[in-house]
Amino acid sequence: MKLIVAIVKPFKLEDVRNALSKADVKGMTVSEVQGYGRQSGHTEVYRGAEYQTQFVPKLKVEVVVSDEAATEIVDLMVEAARTDKIGDGKVWVVNVEDLVRVRTGERGADAL
Amino acid sequence: MHYNSGDTAWILASSALVLFMTPGLAFFYGGMVRSKNVLGMLMQNYVVIGIVSIVWVFLTYSMSFGTDWGGYGIIGTLHFFGLAHMTQAVPGYTGASAQTIPPLVFVIFQMMFAVITPALITGSTADRLRFGPFVVFVLIWSIIVYAPVAHWVFSPTGWLFKLGAEDFAGGTVVHINAGAAGLAVAMVVGKRKGWPKEPMPPHNVPFVLLGAGILWFGWFGFNAGSALGANVLSANAFVNTNTATAAALLGWILVEKIRGGKSTTLGAASGAVAGLVAITPACGFVNVVGATIIGLAAGVICSLAISLKFKVRLDDALDVGGVHLVGGITGALLIGFFGTSTIGGVNGLFYGGGLALLGHQAIAVVVVGIYSFVVSWILAKIIDKTMGLRVKDDDELEGMDTSLHAESAYEFGGSLLRSLSGSGSSSAHLSVASKEEPIVSTRKIGEIL
Repeated sequence: MKLIVAIVKPFKLEDVRNALSKADVKGMTVSEVQGYGRQSGHTEVYRGAEYQTQFVPKLKVEVVVSDEAATEIVDLMVEAARTDKIGDGKVWVVNVEDLVRVRTGERGADAL
Repeated sequence: MHYNSGDTAWILASSALVLFMTPGLAFFYGGMVRSKNVLGMLMQNYVVIGIVSIVWVFLTYSMSFGTDWGGYGIIGTLHFFGLAHMTQAVPGYTGASAQTIPPLVFVIFQMMFAVITPALITGSTADRLRFGPFVVFVLIWSIIVYAPVAHWVFSPTGWLFKLGAEDFAGGTVVHINAGAAGLAVAMVVGKRKGWPKEPMPPHNVPFVLLGAGILWFGWFGFNAGSALGANVLSANAFVNTNTATAAALLGWILVEKIRGGKSTTLGAASGAVAGLVAITPACGFVNVVGATIIGLAAGVICSLAISLKFKVRLDDALDVGGVHLVGGITGALLIGFFGTSTIGGVNGLFYGGGLALLGHQAIAVVVVGIYSFVVSWILAKIIDKTMGLRVKDDDELEGMDTSLHAESAYEFGGSLLRSLSGSGSSSAHLSVASKEEPIVSTRKIGEIL
Protein backbone atom coordinates (compact mmCIF):
# COMPACT_ATOMS: atom_id res chain seq x y z
CA MET A 1 0.00 0.00 0.00
CA LYS A 2 1.07 3.57 -0.58
CA LEU A 3 0.43 6.75 1.32
CA ILE A 4 -0.03 9.67 -1.04
CA VAL A 5 0.63 13.05 0.53
CA ALA A 6 -0.35 16.11 -1.47
CA ILE A 7 0.23 19.75 -0.53
CA VAL A 8 -2.22 21.79 -2.58
CA LYS A 9 -3.69 25.24 -2.86
CA PRO A 10 -6.71 25.50 -0.52
CA PHE A 11 -9.16 26.40 -3.28
CA LYS A 12 -8.19 23.26 -5.25
CA LEU A 13 -9.43 20.91 -2.54
CA GLU A 14 -12.81 20.40 -4.18
CA ASP A 15 -11.20 19.44 -7.51
CA VAL A 16 -8.85 17.00 -5.79
CA ARG A 17 -11.73 15.46 -3.87
CA ASN A 18 -13.78 15.01 -7.03
CA ALA A 19 -10.82 13.40 -8.81
CA LEU A 20 -10.29 10.98 -5.93
CA SER A 21 -13.92 10.01 -5.74
CA LYS A 22 -13.93 9.31 -9.51
CA ALA A 23 -10.95 7.01 -8.93
CA ASP A 24 -13.04 5.23 -6.27
CA VAL A 25 -10.83 6.26 -3.37
CA LYS A 26 -13.03 5.79 -0.29
CA GLY A 27 -11.61 8.39 2.08
CA MET A 28 -9.13 11.14 2.65
CA THR A 29 -7.62 13.18 5.46
CA VAL A 30 -7.19 16.92 5.10
CA SER A 31 -5.28 19.30 7.33
CA GLU A 32 -4.52 22.98 7.20
CA VAL A 33 -0.79 23.57 6.97
CA GLN A 34 1.55 26.46 6.31
CA GLY A 35 4.81 26.42 4.47
CA TYR A 36 6.85 27.79 1.66
CA GLY A 37 8.48 26.56 -1.50
CA ARG A 38 9.54 28.51 -4.54
CA GLN A 39 6.52 30.74 -4.07
CA SER A 40 8.10 31.86 -0.76
CA GLY A 41 5.71 34.26 1.05
CA HIS A 42 3.43 37.07 0.04
CA THR A 43 2.98 40.69 1.06
CA GLU A 44 0.14 42.00 3.18
CA VAL A 45 -0.52 45.70 3.78
CA TYR A 46 -2.13 47.05 6.97
CA ARG A 47 -2.59 50.81 7.21
CA GLY A 48 0.21 51.33 4.74
CA ALA A 49 2.71 49.11 6.58
CA GLU A 50 3.83 46.18 4.44
CA TYR A 51 4.35 42.81 6.05
CA GLN A 52 6.13 39.95 4.34
CA THR A 53 4.30 36.74 5.17
CA GLN A 54 6.87 33.94 5.41
CA PHE A 55 4.49 31.01 5.19
CA VAL A 56 1.62 30.48 2.82
CA PRO A 57 -1.51 28.56 3.90
CA LYS A 58 -1.93 25.24 2.08
CA LEU A 59 -3.92 22.08 2.55
CA LYS A 60 -2.33 18.70 3.09
CA VAL A 61 -4.33 15.81 1.65
CA GLU A 62 -3.44 12.27 2.69
CA VAL A 63 -4.83 9.07 1.19
CA VAL A 64 -3.78 5.43 1.48
CA VAL A 65 -4.24 3.40 -1.74
CA SER A 66 -3.26 0.04 -3.16
CA ASP A 67 0.15 -0.34 -4.84
CA GLU A 68 -1.41 -0.86 -8.28
CA ALA A 69 -3.63 2.23 -8.14
CA ALA A 70 -1.02 4.61 -6.72
CA THR A 71 0.52 5.94 -9.93
CA GLU A 72 -2.80 6.61 -11.61
CA ILE A 73 -4.21 8.34 -8.53
CA VAL A 74 -1.14 10.52 -8.16
CA ASP A 75 -1.57 11.61 -11.78
CA LEU A 76 -5.24 12.41 -11.19
CA MET A 77 -4.46 14.43 -8.07
CA VAL A 78 -1.68 16.37 -9.78
CA GLU A 79 -3.94 17.12 -12.70
CA ALA A 80 -6.73 18.28 -10.38
CA ALA A 81 -4.47 20.49 -8.26
CA ARG A 82 -2.64 22.18 -11.11
CA THR A 83 -3.17 25.84 -11.97
CA ASP A 84 0.16 26.23 -13.85
CA LYS A 85 1.12 29.02 -11.47
CA ILE A 86 3.85 29.10 -8.88
CA GLY A 87 2.80 27.65 -5.52
CA ASP A 88 0.74 24.72 -6.86
CA GLY A 89 2.32 22.44 -4.27
CA LYS A 90 3.84 18.94 -4.24
CA VAL A 91 2.73 15.34 -4.16
CA TRP A 92 4.81 12.51 -2.78
CA VAL A 93 4.32 8.80 -2.19
CA VAL A 94 5.60 6.65 0.65
CA ASN A 95 5.32 2.94 1.40
CA VAL A 96 2.85 1.87 4.05
CA GLU A 97 3.79 -1.21 6.09
CA ASP A 98 0.43 -2.03 7.53
CA LEU A 99 -3.10 -0.72 7.81
CA VAL A 100 -5.89 -1.58 10.26
CA ARG A 101 -9.55 -0.62 10.12
CA VAL A 102 -10.28 0.25 13.73
CA ARG A 103 -13.92 -0.87 13.75
CA THR A 104 -13.45 -4.39 12.35
CA GLY A 105 -9.79 -5.12 12.87
CA GLU A 106 -9.33 -5.91 9.13
CA ARG A 107 -5.69 -5.59 8.06
CA GLY A 108 -3.77 -4.67 4.95
CA ALA A 109 -5.51 -4.12 1.62
CA ASP A 110 -8.82 -5.32 3.12
CA ALA A 111 -8.84 -2.25 5.32
CA LEU A 112 -8.60 0.15 2.39
CA MET B 1 -39.57 72.80 36.20
CA HIS B 2 -41.04 71.61 32.93
CA TYR B 3 -39.02 69.20 30.84
CA ASN B 4 -39.57 68.21 27.23
CA SER B 5 -40.29 64.48 27.14
CA GLY B 6 -39.20 64.09 23.49
CA ASP B 7 -35.84 65.70 24.21
CA THR B 8 -35.45 63.66 27.38
CA ALA B 9 -36.21 60.40 25.60
CA TRP B 10 -33.73 61.12 22.83
CA ILE B 11 -30.90 62.01 25.23
CA LEU B 12 -31.54 58.92 27.35
CA ALA B 13 -31.38 56.81 24.19
CA SER B 14 -28.28 58.71 23.05
CA SER B 15 -26.59 57.99 26.36
CA ALA B 16 -27.04 54.27 25.75
CA LEU B 17 -25.76 54.68 22.18
CA VAL B 18 -22.62 56.45 23.40
CA LEU B 19 -21.98 53.84 26.08
CA PHE B 20 -22.06 51.17 23.35
CA MET B 21 -19.21 52.98 21.58
CA THR B 22 -16.69 51.89 24.21
CA PRO B 23 -17.20 48.13 23.67
CA GLY B 24 -17.23 48.99 19.95
CA LEU B 25 -13.90 50.72 20.35
CA ALA B 26 -12.65 47.67 22.26
CA PHE B 27 -13.41 45.48 19.23
CA PHE B 28 -12.02 48.07 16.80
CA TYR B 29 -8.75 48.01 18.74
CA GLY B 30 -8.96 44.36 19.81
CA GLY B 31 -9.03 43.18 16.21
CA MET B 32 -5.93 45.21 15.41
CA VAL B 33 -3.70 43.74 18.11
CA ARG B 34 -2.06 40.33 18.00
CA SER B 35 -4.15 37.39 19.22
CA LYS B 36 -2.15 37.06 22.45
CA ASN B 37 -3.16 40.59 23.52
CA VAL B 38 -6.82 40.81 22.52
CA LEU B 39 -8.26 40.21 25.98
CA GLY B 40 -5.80 42.68 27.47
CA MET B 41 -7.12 45.29 25.06
CA LEU B 42 -10.80 44.46 25.61
CA MET B 43 -10.25 44.45 29.35
CA GLN B 44 -8.59 47.88 29.39
CA ASN B 45 -11.59 49.34 27.60
CA TYR B 46 -14.09 47.53 29.78
CA VAL B 47 -12.48 48.52 33.05
CA VAL B 48 -12.53 52.16 31.95
CA ILE B 49 -16.34 51.94 31.91
CA GLY B 50 -16.15 50.71 35.49
CA ILE B 51 -13.73 53.32 36.79
CA VAL B 52 -15.09 56.41 35.06
CA SER B 53 -18.75 55.58 35.74
CA ILE B 54 -18.08 55.64 39.47
CA VAL B 55 -15.71 58.60 39.60
CA TRP B 56 -18.04 60.62 37.36
CA VAL B 57 -21.12 60.47 39.60
CA PHE B 58 -19.12 61.24 42.72
CA LEU B 59 -16.53 63.71 41.58
CA THR B 60 -15.74 64.55 37.97
CA TYR B 61 -19.25 65.49 36.83
CA SER B 62 -19.24 68.26 39.39
CA MET B 63 -15.69 69.32 38.43
CA SER B 64 -16.69 69.42 34.74
CA PHE B 65 -20.14 70.99 34.88
CA GLY B 66 -20.48 72.27 38.44
CA THR B 67 -20.70 75.91 39.45
CA ASP B 68 -17.52 77.58 38.24
CA TRP B 69 -14.91 77.95 40.98
CA GLY B 70 -13.97 81.62 41.43
CA GLY B 71 -15.29 82.67 38.03
CA TYR B 72 -12.05 81.83 36.19
CA GLY B 73 -13.61 79.21 33.96
CA ILE B 74 -10.92 76.71 34.99
CA ILE B 75 -12.76 74.10 37.05
CA GLY B 76 -16.15 73.41 38.60
CA THR B 77 -16.75 73.23 42.33
CA LEU B 78 -17.91 70.13 44.18
CA HIS B 79 -21.46 71.48 44.46
CA PHE B 80 -22.81 68.41 42.63
CA PHE B 81 -20.53 65.94 44.46
CA GLY B 82 -22.24 62.56 44.62
CA LEU B 83 -25.02 63.95 42.42
CA ALA B 84 -26.25 66.34 45.08
CA HIS B 85 -28.53 69.24 44.09
CA MET B 86 -29.88 67.52 41.00
CA THR B 87 -33.02 69.66 41.07
CA GLN B 88 -30.91 72.71 40.16
CA ALA B 89 -30.28 73.56 36.52
CA VAL B 90 -26.83 72.86 35.04
CA PRO B 91 -24.83 76.10 35.49
CA GLY B 92 -24.45 78.27 32.41
CA TYR B 93 -27.39 76.90 30.44
CA THR B 94 -29.68 79.90 30.62
CA GLY B 95 -31.90 81.89 28.30
CA ALA B 96 -31.98 80.46 24.78
CA SER B 97 -29.61 77.63 25.73
CA ALA B 98 -31.66 76.55 28.77
CA GLN B 99 -31.78 72.78 28.95
CA THR B 100 -35.11 71.06 28.36
CA ILE B 101 -34.00 67.79 29.98
CA PRO B 102 -33.58 66.89 33.65
CA PRO B 103 -30.02 67.58 34.87
CA LEU B 104 -29.68 63.89 35.73
CA VAL B 105 -30.13 63.01 32.05
CA PHE B 106 -27.34 65.46 31.18
CA VAL B 107 -25.16 63.76 33.83
CA ILE B 108 -25.56 60.29 32.34
CA PHE B 109 -25.16 61.53 28.75
CA GLN B 110 -21.93 63.37 29.57
CA MET B 111 -20.68 60.39 31.58
CA MET B 112 -20.40 58.33 28.42
CA PHE B 113 -18.06 60.93 26.88
CA ALA B 114 -15.91 60.84 30.00
CA VAL B 115 -15.83 57.03 29.65
CA ILE B 116 -14.77 56.74 26.02
CA THR B 117 -12.07 59.42 26.16
CA PRO B 118 -9.52 57.56 28.32
CA ALA B 119 -10.53 54.35 26.53
CA LEU B 120 -9.25 55.88 23.28
CA ILE B 121 -5.76 56.18 24.80
CA THR B 122 -5.42 52.39 25.00
CA GLY B 123 -4.82 52.22 21.25
CA SER B 124 -1.54 54.11 21.51
CA THR B 125 -0.18 52.01 24.32
CA ALA B 126 -1.51 48.65 23.11
CA ASP B 127 0.20 45.43 24.17
CA ARG B 128 2.45 46.79 26.91
CA LEU B 129 0.68 48.42 29.88
CA ARG B 130 0.41 46.71 33.26
CA PHE B 131 -3.19 46.43 34.34
CA GLY B 132 -3.09 47.88 37.87
CA PRO B 133 -1.02 50.95 36.98
CA PHE B 134 -3.32 51.51 33.98
CA VAL B 135 -6.33 51.57 36.32
CA VAL B 136 -4.59 54.14 38.52
CA PHE B 137 -3.67 56.19 35.45
CA VAL B 138 -7.26 56.31 34.18
CA LEU B 139 -8.63 57.23 37.61
CA ILE B 140 -6.26 60.18 38.06
CA TRP B 141 -6.38 61.20 34.39
CA SER B 142 -10.18 61.52 34.54
CA ILE B 143 -9.79 63.93 37.44
CA ILE B 144 -6.83 66.07 36.42
CA VAL B 145 -7.12 66.02 32.61
CA TYR B 146 -10.64 65.16 31.46
CA ALA B 147 -12.58 67.16 34.06
CA PRO B 148 -10.78 70.50 33.58
CA VAL B 149 -10.73 70.20 29.77
CA ALA B 150 -14.45 69.35 29.69
CA HIS B 151 -15.09 72.36 31.93
CA TRP B 152 -13.09 74.74 29.73
CA VAL B 153 -14.72 73.67 26.46
CA PHE B 154 -18.13 72.10 27.17
CA SER B 155 -19.40 74.08 30.16
CA PRO B 156 -20.85 77.47 29.18
CA THR B 157 -18.98 78.80 32.22
CA GLY B 158 -15.61 77.48 30.96
CA TRP B 159 -13.00 79.91 29.65
CA LEU B 160 -12.61 78.42 26.15
CA PHE B 161 -16.39 78.25 25.73
CA LYS B 162 -16.70 81.89 26.76
CA LEU B 163 -13.84 82.80 24.43
CA GLY B 164 -15.96 81.51 21.54
CA ALA B 165 -14.25 78.22 20.71
CA GLU B 166 -16.79 75.81 19.24
CA ASP B 167 -16.83 72.08 19.96
CA PHE B 168 -20.21 70.55 19.30
CA ALA B 169 -19.60 67.01 20.53
CA GLY B 170 -16.00 66.66 21.65
CA GLY B 171 -13.40 67.14 18.91
CA THR B 172 -11.14 68.87 21.40
CA VAL B 173 -12.45 67.47 24.70
CA VAL B 174 -12.51 63.86 23.52
CA HIS B 175 -10.35 63.35 20.46
CA ILE B 176 -7.54 65.90 20.62
CA ASN B 177 -7.41 65.27 24.35
CA ALA B 178 -7.16 61.49 24.02
CA GLY B 179 -4.84 61.65 21.00
CA ALA B 180 -2.33 63.91 22.73
CA ALA B 181 -2.51 61.82 25.92
CA GLY B 182 -2.03 58.63 23.92
CA LEU B 183 1.16 59.94 22.32
CA ALA B 184 2.47 61.10 25.70
CA VAL B 185 1.90 57.77 27.42
CA ALA B 186 3.27 55.82 24.44
CA MET B 187 6.39 57.98 24.71
CA VAL B 188 6.77 57.18 28.42
CA VAL B 189 6.27 53.40 28.12
CA GLY B 190 8.37 53.07 24.97
CA LYS B 191 7.83 50.97 21.88
CA ARG B 192 6.61 47.41 21.72
CA LYS B 193 9.37 44.80 21.63
CA GLY B 194 10.38 44.30 18.02
CA TRP B 195 8.62 47.39 16.62
CA PRO B 196 8.93 48.46 13.85
CA LYS B 197 11.05 45.60 12.45
CA GLU B 198 8.88 42.70 13.51
CA PRO B 199 5.52 42.42 11.75
CA MET B 200 2.53 42.99 14.05
CA PRO B 201 -0.45 42.66 11.72
CA PRO B 202 -4.04 42.77 13.02
CA HIS B 203 -5.17 39.33 14.20
CA ASN B 204 -8.84 39.79 13.29
CA VAL B 205 -9.81 42.38 10.68
CA PRO B 206 -13.52 41.39 10.85
CA PHE B 207 -13.48 42.47 14.52
CA VAL B 208 -12.08 45.83 13.40
CA LEU B 209 -14.96 46.26 10.96
CA LEU B 210 -17.48 45.15 13.58
CA GLY B 211 -16.03 47.63 16.05
CA ALA B 212 -16.02 50.44 13.50
CA GLY B 213 -19.66 49.65 12.71
CA ILE B 214 -20.62 49.83 16.39
CA LEU B 215 -18.72 53.11 16.69
CA TRP B 216 -20.51 54.55 13.66
CA PHE B 217 -23.89 53.50 15.11
CA GLY B 218 -23.13 54.82 18.58
CA TRP B 219 -21.70 58.04 17.20
CA PHE B 220 -25.19 59.20 16.20
CA GLY B 221 -25.90 59.43 19.92
CA PHE B 222 -22.57 61.13 20.49
CA ASN B 223 -23.11 63.83 17.86
CA ALA B 224 -26.85 64.18 17.34
CA GLY B 225 -27.38 63.73 21.08
CA SER B 226 -25.08 66.68 21.72
CA ALA B 227 -27.88 68.93 20.48
CA LEU B 228 -29.39 68.03 23.88
CA GLY B 229 -32.77 67.81 22.20
CA ALA B 230 -34.71 66.08 19.44
CA ASN B 231 -34.93 68.91 16.94
CA VAL B 232 -33.62 70.42 13.70
CA LEU B 233 -30.14 70.85 15.18
CA SER B 234 -29.89 67.18 16.15
CA ALA B 235 -31.11 66.22 12.67
CA ASN B 236 -28.39 68.37 11.10
CA ALA B 237 -25.79 66.80 13.36
CA PHE B 238 -27.06 63.33 12.44
CA VAL B 239 -26.96 63.94 8.68
CA ASN B 240 -23.57 65.67 8.85
CA THR B 241 -22.14 62.79 10.87
CA ASN B 242 -23.16 60.18 8.35
CA THR B 243 -22.15 62.29 5.34
CA ALA B 244 -18.68 63.10 6.66
CA THR B 245 -18.07 59.49 7.68
CA ALA B 246 -19.02 58.24 4.24
CA ALA B 247 -16.74 60.81 2.58
CA ALA B 248 -13.83 59.91 4.86
CA LEU B 249 -14.25 56.20 4.19
CA LEU B 250 -14.03 56.90 0.46
CA GLY B 251 -11.17 59.37 0.91
CA TRP B 252 -9.03 56.88 2.80
CA ILE B 253 -9.42 53.98 0.36
CA LEU B 254 -8.92 56.36 -2.56
CA VAL B 255 -5.56 57.43 -1.14
CA GLU B 256 -4.59 53.77 -0.75
CA LYS B 257 -5.48 53.17 -4.40
CA ILE B 258 -3.71 56.29 -5.69
CA ARG B 259 -0.56 55.45 -3.73
CA GLY B 260 -0.33 52.28 -5.78
CA GLY B 261 -1.75 49.77 -3.37
CA LYS B 262 -5.10 48.10 -2.99
CA SER B 263 -8.10 49.51 -1.20
CA THR B 264 -8.18 47.62 2.10
CA THR B 265 -10.95 46.73 4.54
CA LEU B 266 -8.82 48.04 7.39
CA GLY B 267 -8.47 51.28 5.42
CA ALA B 268 -12.24 51.55 4.99
CA ALA B 269 -12.81 51.06 8.73
CA SER B 270 -10.03 53.50 9.62
CA GLY B 271 -11.38 56.08 7.18
CA ALA B 272 -14.87 55.83 8.67
CA VAL B 273 -13.50 56.40 12.17
CA ALA B 274 -11.36 59.33 10.98
CA GLY B 275 -14.48 60.91 9.47
CA LEU B 276 -16.48 60.38 12.66
CA VAL B 277 -13.70 62.02 14.66
CA ALA B 278 -13.37 65.03 12.36
CA ILE B 279 -17.08 65.78 12.12
CA THR B 280 -17.55 65.49 15.90
CA PRO B 281 -16.66 69.09 16.78
CA ALA B 282 -18.31 70.44 13.61
CA CYS B 283 -21.54 68.48 13.18
CA GLY B 284 -23.80 71.17 14.68
CA PHE B 285 -22.06 74.12 13.04
CA VAL B 286 -21.62 73.22 9.36
CA ASN B 287 -23.95 72.35 6.49
CA VAL B 288 -23.77 69.23 4.38
CA VAL B 289 -21.19 70.75 1.99
CA GLY B 290 -18.93 71.53 4.92
CA ALA B 291 -19.48 68.03 6.32
CA THR B 292 -18.53 66.38 3.03
CA ILE B 293 -15.34 68.40 2.72
CA ILE B 294 -14.40 67.87 6.37
CA GLY B 295 -14.95 64.12 5.99
CA LEU B 296 -13.00 63.85 2.77
CA ALA B 297 -10.17 65.93 4.22
CA ALA B 298 -10.05 63.75 7.32
CA GLY B 299 -9.91 60.55 5.28
CA VAL B 300 -7.06 61.84 3.14
CA ILE B 301 -5.07 63.63 5.87
CA CYS B 302 -5.36 60.85 8.47
CA SER B 303 -4.41 58.13 5.99
CA LEU B 304 -1.23 60.09 5.26
CA ALA B 305 -0.63 61.04 8.92
CA ILE B 306 -0.45 57.47 10.20
CA SER B 307 2.93 56.87 8.55
CA LEU B 308 4.50 59.75 10.52
CA LYS B 309 4.99 57.50 13.55
CA PHE B 310 7.61 55.54 11.62
CA LYS B 311 9.50 58.75 10.88
CA VAL B 312 9.50 59.98 14.48
CA ARG B 313 10.00 56.46 15.87
CA LEU B 314 7.08 56.71 18.27
CA ASP B 315 5.15 53.47 18.61
CA ASP B 316 1.60 54.82 18.58
CA ALA B 317 0.48 51.22 18.11
CA LEU B 318 -3.03 51.66 16.68
CA ASP B 319 -2.65 55.23 15.37
CA VAL B 320 -4.57 57.16 18.00
CA GLY B 321 -2.37 60.17 17.16
CA GLY B 322 -2.81 59.74 13.41
CA VAL B 323 -6.58 59.26 13.57
CA HIS B 324 -7.92 60.96 16.71
CA LEU B 325 -5.44 63.78 17.27
CA VAL B 326 -5.02 64.64 13.58
CA GLY B 327 -8.70 64.00 12.78
CA GLY B 328 -9.80 66.08 15.77
CA ILE B 329 -7.54 68.96 14.78
CA THR B 330 -8.77 68.75 11.17
CA GLY B 331 -12.40 69.02 12.23
CA ALA B 332 -11.85 71.66 14.90
CA LEU B 333 -9.92 73.95 12.55
CA LEU B 334 -12.20 73.46 9.55
CA ILE B 335 -15.09 74.83 11.64
CA GLY B 336 -13.21 78.12 11.33
CA PHE B 337 -13.78 77.95 7.56
CA PHE B 338 -17.10 76.12 7.19
CA GLY B 339 -18.99 77.24 10.31
CA THR B 340 -22.35 78.73 9.35
CA SER B 341 -24.90 80.36 11.61
CA THR B 342 -27.72 78.92 9.51
CA ILE B 343 -27.01 75.59 11.23
CA GLY B 344 -25.62 76.77 14.57
CA GLY B 345 -22.90 78.85 16.17
CA VAL B 346 -21.25 81.72 14.31
CA ASN B 347 -20.06 82.18 10.74
CA GLY B 348 -16.59 80.99 9.72
CA LEU B 349 -14.30 82.45 7.07
CA PHE B 350 -16.21 81.10 4.05
CA TYR B 351 -19.52 82.45 5.33
CA GLY B 352 -18.41 85.99 5.94
CA GLY B 353 -17.40 85.60 9.56
CA GLY B 354 -13.77 86.55 9.08
CA LEU B 355 -10.89 84.92 10.91
CA ALA B 356 -12.17 85.30 14.46
CA LEU B 357 -13.69 81.82 14.73
CA LEU B 358 -10.63 80.17 13.19
CA GLY B 359 -8.49 81.97 15.77
CA HIS B 360 -10.65 80.71 18.63
CA GLN B 361 -10.54 77.19 17.25
CA ALA B 362 -6.75 77.31 16.95
CA ILE B 363 -6.39 78.49 20.54
CA ALA B 364 -8.61 75.65 21.80
CA VAL B 365 -6.70 73.08 19.74
CA VAL B 366 -3.30 74.24 20.95
CA VAL B 367 -4.25 74.72 24.60
CA VAL B 368 -6.04 71.39 24.95
CA GLY B 369 -3.37 69.52 22.97
CA ILE B 370 -0.51 70.89 25.03
CA TYR B 371 -2.26 70.63 28.40
CA SER B 372 -3.28 67.03 27.76
CA PHE B 373 0.13 66.02 26.43
CA VAL B 374 2.12 67.60 29.25
CA VAL B 375 -0.06 66.50 32.17
CA SER B 376 -0.50 62.98 30.74
CA TRP B 377 3.26 62.68 30.25
CA ILE B 378 3.98 63.75 33.83
CA LEU B 379 1.28 61.48 35.26
CA ALA B 380 2.49 58.49 33.24
CA LYS B 381 6.07 59.20 34.28
CA ILE B 382 5.17 59.35 37.98
CA ILE B 383 3.20 56.09 37.77
CA ASP B 384 6.04 54.50 35.84
CA LYS B 385 8.60 55.50 38.49
CA THR B 386 6.47 54.44 41.43
CA MET B 387 4.46 51.41 40.24
CA GLY B 388 6.01 50.53 36.89
CA LEU B 389 3.70 51.19 33.95
CA ARG B 390 5.15 48.65 31.55
CA VAL B 391 4.85 44.87 31.63
CA LYS B 392 7.95 42.73 32.12
CA ASP B 393 9.71 41.56 28.97
CA ASP B 394 8.69 37.92 29.24
CA ASP B 395 5.08 38.89 30.02
CA GLU B 396 5.07 41.02 26.88
CA LEU B 397 6.39 38.12 24.82
CA GLU B 398 3.87 35.74 26.32
CA GLY B 399 1.07 38.25 25.71
CA MET B 400 -1.19 40.17 28.05
CA ASP B 401 -4.06 37.68 27.96
CA THR B 402 -2.33 34.94 29.88
CA SER B 403 0.27 36.99 31.73
CA LEU B 404 -2.07 39.71 33.05
CA HIS B 405 -5.49 38.07 33.07
CA ALA B 406 -4.85 34.30 33.18
CA GLU B 407 -7.12 33.74 30.19
CA SER B 408 -6.77 33.15 26.50
CA ALA B 409 -9.16 34.42 23.88
CA TYR B 410 -9.30 31.55 21.47
CA GLU B 411 -9.64 27.89 22.33
CA PHE B 412 -11.56 26.13 19.55
CA GLY B 413 -9.97 22.71 19.01
CA GLY B 414 -6.94 23.90 20.88
CA SER B 415 -8.54 23.15 24.22
CA LEU B 416 -8.82 19.48 23.34
CA LEU B 417 -5.20 19.36 22.24
CA ARG B 418 -4.18 21.18 25.38
CA SER B 419 -5.98 18.82 27.71
CA LEU B 420 -4.66 15.76 25.89
CA SER B 421 -1.12 16.88 25.14
CA GLY B 422 1.88 16.23 27.32
CA SER B 423 1.10 12.65 28.30
CA GLY B 424 2.67 11.11 31.38
CA SER B 425 4.19 13.26 34.02
CA SER B 426 2.80 16.64 33.12
CA SER B 427 -0.82 15.55 32.78
CA ALA B 428 -0.50 13.54 35.97
CA HIS B 429 0.91 16.62 37.62
CA LEU B 430 -2.02 18.63 36.30
CA SER B 431 -4.65 16.35 37.75
CA VAL B 432 -2.84 16.32 41.08
CA ALA B 433 -2.55 20.07 40.96
CA SER B 434 -6.24 20.54 40.25
CA LYS B 435 -7.26 18.31 43.13
CA GLU B 436 -4.80 19.18 45.82
CA GLU B 437 -3.56 22.62 44.93
CA PRO B 438 -6.58 24.44 43.58
CA ILE B 439 -4.75 27.76 43.67
CA VAL B 440 -2.14 26.71 41.09
CA SER B 441 -1.83 29.57 38.63
CA THR B 442 -2.73 29.17 35.01
CA ARG B 443 0.68 30.48 34.08
CA LYS B 444 2.23 27.54 35.82
CA ILE B 445 -0.06 25.19 33.96
CA GLY B 446 0.94 26.92 30.75
CA GLU B 447 4.59 26.43 31.54
CA ILE B 448 4.11 22.78 32.38
CA LEU B 449 2.38 22.20 29.08
